[in-house]
Amino acid sequence: MWVEWIVKGFILCLILLTGFAYLTLYERRALARIQVRVGPNRAGPQGLLQPIADAVKLIFKEELTPGKVYKVVFLLAPVLTVVPSLIIAAVIPLGTSFELFGREITLYVADINVGVLYLMSIASIAVYGIVLAGWSSNNKYAMLGGIRSSAQMISYELALGLSFVTAIILGNSMSLVDIVNGQKQLWYVVVQPVGALIFWIATLAEVNRAPFDMPEAEQELTAGYHAEYSGMKFALFFMAEYQKMIVICMILATLYLGGYLGPFVDKFPLLGPVYLFLKVIVLLFGMIWVRATWPRIRYDRLMAFGWKIMLPLALAIAFITATGILLADTFENPLYFWSIPVLSLISLFVAIAFIYRDLRRKSHGRV
Amino acid sequence: MSSDLIVFLVLSLVAIATALGMLFSKNAVYSALFLVLNFVTVAIFYLLLGAPFIAMAQITVYAGAIMVLFLFVIMLLGAESLAPANSLPWQKPLAILLSIILAVEATYLLFNRAGTGMAVVAPDASVNTMESLREMALALFNQFLLPFEVTSILLLVAMMGAIVLTRQEKGAAQ
Repeated sequence: MWVEWIVKGFILCLILLTGFAYLTLYERRALARIQVRVGPNRAGPQGLLQPIADAVKLIFKEELTPGKVYKVVFLLAPVLTVVPSLIIAAVIPLGTSFELFGREITLYVADINVGVLYLMSIASIAVYGIVLAGWSSNNKYAMLGGIRSSAQMISYELALGLSFVTAIILGNSMSLVDIVNGQKQLWYVVVQPVGALIFWIATLAEVNRAPFDMPEAEQELTAGYHAEYSGMKFALFFMAEYQKMIVICMILATLYLGGYLGPFVDKFPLLGPVYLFLKVIVLLFGMIWVRATWPRIRYDRLMAFGWKIMLPLALAIAFITATGILLADTFENPLYFWSIPVLSLISLFVAIAFIYRDLRRKSHGRV
Repeated sequence: MSSDLIVFLVLSLVAIATALGMLFSKNAVYSALFLVLNFVTVAIFYLLLGAPFIAMAQITVYAGAIMVLFLFVIMLLGAESLAPANSLPWQKPLAILLSIILAVEATYLLFNRAGTGMAVVAPDASVNTMESLREMALALFNQFLLPFEVTSILLLVAMMGAIVLTRQEKGAAQ
């Protein structure tokens, strides 16, 4: 039994590590395509060996440890950033199960009954790596980057948590396997499109991706929290960011886009990971697209957006979902169920109207 | 010796060591980090007792939210290493006295109960299922709704108080 766990955990880490390497290539090629460039295409056919070349370069780079850093924490911070991004994937189901040598092998490391809470707790732990990297560098820019990122991650964690709650209400369970199985008839993105959107925006902020990549705003903070890191230690931060991207796309696919479900997945369970992979690829392209086309948002607007738009909207969404499910169950009338997406979309438009009004007012005179 | 007992002993050593580390480290950031480790250890204790919900809530709320805010404030104030200002000379002896009383009381109760078979035992597994969690939530939101709401209002008032106290009054800023 425990051998199976170790092997599965090992394979999962391996998937995430190779995924990270090839995601960098995918991102660079896609960015280049959007910006009418070619991108890295020299190492191997279509640049397929580029990640390996990058890894070799980073390993052989000189690693500097500045003189006045807090050494233990400085060494620990990259590790603390990578570990959560690896272990968070343990509860995500990649598929159902298949037979191998006469025994049933499930395609997830663990199906714990508080799976969603596990995701939340690991996500909340993930702040430490960045904050400590900023502090231990003993550098004002790095420190500001660390503080910014912690403020940003705390602010957007609330909206993130509430969009988890929405999925829990729809799936009537905290286990991710149950949530996926609940989507056999209908993906939750159809019922609650706004919840999925909030989840996506909040996770962009959680992993510090553009347009919320404040902690590493080059023109203000040089490189933010990882300004003092070099060589493999820098590579670990890089790795954590891309693994987090993969993992949150997996979570979003699991919670709202039916996870590993797809045609014929009941007959051929090994198709499950393939469907999940395809969904993740599409979602990742969305993130890269946003990075290529949107400018960085200003810091005060980032905070205002998180607290004044995202949080109330997420609260409204959770309330609408809970009420809709309750009314549909009580009166056994599917009309109430379909009021969930309608009311959610209305509240989304109200939120957009508020943003629009606020931006218009601000562009006239006062700040 | 069962494996649970071994895990428990190791974890309690870690818990005590991190608690002591929190108390005696000179740097406030290290203290905060030791406290985070301590919270995580306590969360693993809950897991050992078969209460995954409380374990995860412990990590999310204490290690994830509250301690991040602590660290945030420590870093923002630059209060990592304040000079040891012994402003209250009577504090130390009083603290030692009170903690000795607490330790004696706890030990007495523990040994007193151990004889009568009322020692602390892990609840059986049926208590810790998701079903019991549902029961707990129902009790919380039906039977204990008033205390729950009063607590939330208390928290809200504390939050508003912090905002009001730190707000700069118009004209007084300069």
